[in-house]
Amino acid sequence: MTVKDLLKNPDRKFNADELAALAAEFRLESWDVLHQRGTGHWGGSASAMELTTSLYFNRLNIRTKEPRWEDRDRFILSKGHASMNLYTVLAHRGFFSAESLPTFRTLGSKLQGHPTMNKVPGVDMSTGALGHGLSIGLGMAMAAKLSGKDYWTYVMTGEGCLNEGQSWEALMCAAKYKPRRLVLMVDYNKVQLDGTEDQIMPMEPLRDKLASFGWNVCPQSFDGNNTADILKSFEWMDKDEVWPKAVIYDTIKGKGVSFTEGKNTWHGPKIDDDSFNKGMPELKADLEKKEARL
Amino acid sequence: MSIAMRDAFGNKLLELGATHPELVVLDADVSSSTKSKAFGTKYPDRFFNVGVAEANLADMANGLATCGYHAVVNAFSIFLSLKSTDQIRNVSAYNDLPVVFAGAYGGLSDSFDGASHQAIEDIAIMRSIPGMQVIVPSDARQAELALEYALTQKGPVYIRLNRNEMPDLPEPKDFGSANAILLREGKDLTIAANGITASFAVKAAEMLASQGIEAEVFSVPFVKPLCMDVLGKSIKKTGKLLTVEEHVLDGGFASAICEKMMMGDLRPKFDAITVKGFAESGPYIDLLAKYGISAENIVARAKALVG
Repeated sequence: MTVKDLLKNPDRKFNADELAALAAEFRLESWDVLHQRGTGHWGGSASAMELTTSLYFNRLNIRTKEPRWEDRDRFILSKGHASMNLYTVLAHRGFFSAESLPTFRTLGSKLQGHPTMNKVPGVDMSTGALGHGLSIGLGMAMAAKLSGKDYWTYVMTGEGCLNEGQSWEALMCAAKYKPRRLVLMVDYNKVQLDGTEDQIMPMEPLRDKLASFGWNVCPQSFDGNNTADILKSFEWMDKDEVWPKAVIYDTIKGKGVSFTEGKNTWHGPKIDDDSFNKGMPELKADLEKKEARL
Repeated sequence: MSIAMRDAFGNKLLELGATHPELVVLDADVSSSTKSKAFGTKYPDRFFNVGVAEANLADMANGLATCGYHAVVNAFSIFLSLKSTDQIRNVSAYNDLPVVFAGAYGGLSDSFDGASHQAIEDIAIMRSIPGMQVIVPSDARQAELALEYALTQKGPVYIRLNRNEMPDLPEPKDFGSANAILLREGKDLTIAANGITASFAVKAAEMLASQGIEAEVFSVPFVKPLCMDVLGKSIKKTGKLLTVEEHVLDGGFASAICEKMMMGDLRPKFDAITVKGFAESGPYIDLLAKYGISAENIVARAKALVG
């Protein structure tokens, strides 16, 4: 069994091993396209790959042939610089052809540098400027309440996104309205653009901060690069009706290519030929290992 | 004397709440001032008072707007244009979302609170954003019409409202055409007045008439889109144009008109009355006069233009 076999029917619910293999494939493809284009953000795309893959291939109630279906679950990638991640996942999920992925960031392409909702099917909100996602998600969640709908709204931030003051305005406000099925997912890779999180803007104690703002924060941290762990976090989301909810995922920036892992210098640099050639065997080996478990 | 624009706007919101189930209203802890409170009292489920947090305010409206709701966002003009700019530009406008930004206390109308609360750059900021429409009503009735118009639009609209009771103008015939609204016919010069400066221009025209100068006066609420059909004909006829606005020169109403004229074939003798820099605290009408917006100053500048 290969990832190619899995992707023949992307509409079913995938298990942890399958999700891990898919994420390995998507990570490899992202590395490839980012190298081809010489522009884009590898570090944050790689750190969140298991998270977005698990959402789109296990969790979200969506219709790829009807991207604006009004009852669909919403996902906002507030850390919009991980656009390569989102585009790869959306394409393979069936929203558009994966053959268009190499057009990323080229003139005339729908695949803009940062996600753009009116150009790319499946993108629920344009992002790029940090800090917007949670406020927008709160609006979507309130719309669900007003219209009596049951859809979920997931907002993914990194810690850089949480540096923005607006994120804390939204955290306050969401705790006031407590809409059902609003979930904040923190891709906590602890590395920003200019340095590590503790060098640039220490966020600890993050769980206590979120809880003190009135959120139902999962007491457990999950390994956001481990799909079995991510599926456990989904179980926690379903556990009770105390809203809004937040889950912190420990992740590794630049995950999958050893010399990029945990490095702020790999936030968004050009992937040169030498780096590409060194990284590719690692990504291929990881994919083969995960396909072997299928 | 009319009711204040903010009262007319608040009443209209309340009225439209009954016929527009998709209408949601948001405010940033100033609903007593913006007058959105009445809507909130009658329709609490569709009203969100998010506290003093204008960035979250605008984006929460944007989120609602992606889900079938038409949001009206209320806050002071200066704070909407300065503290919600990123949200308006990167989310409302970039995604062409149906959100109305109702800027209360526009221009110098929050007169006693001083320069920190007076919006004199909001038009420049808003009209520079692609896809934004910018409307500056001249009286309470135009404020109502602006809201009705904005709710028919599929993209974002900024409406600048005034705080105080100002004179009524005649009912406009075709507000939604975005054309200038003729208030008085004349042949010697054209006066294009933006926002509440229109009533001062009408008074000035009466004073000019007594001195033998016939000014053609327009209220021009639509800064973007700015339709020059009606105004252009008048400018061609008189060959002289005086603009009046409660805003700085840079990027404002006069600036928009000049862009249109220079891109076309209009080259009138021209002058612009604008607010020159930060103002101060004081009674509104006196403050306006000190910073150039008075019938007397319009008369003086018009006479200089006519020569």
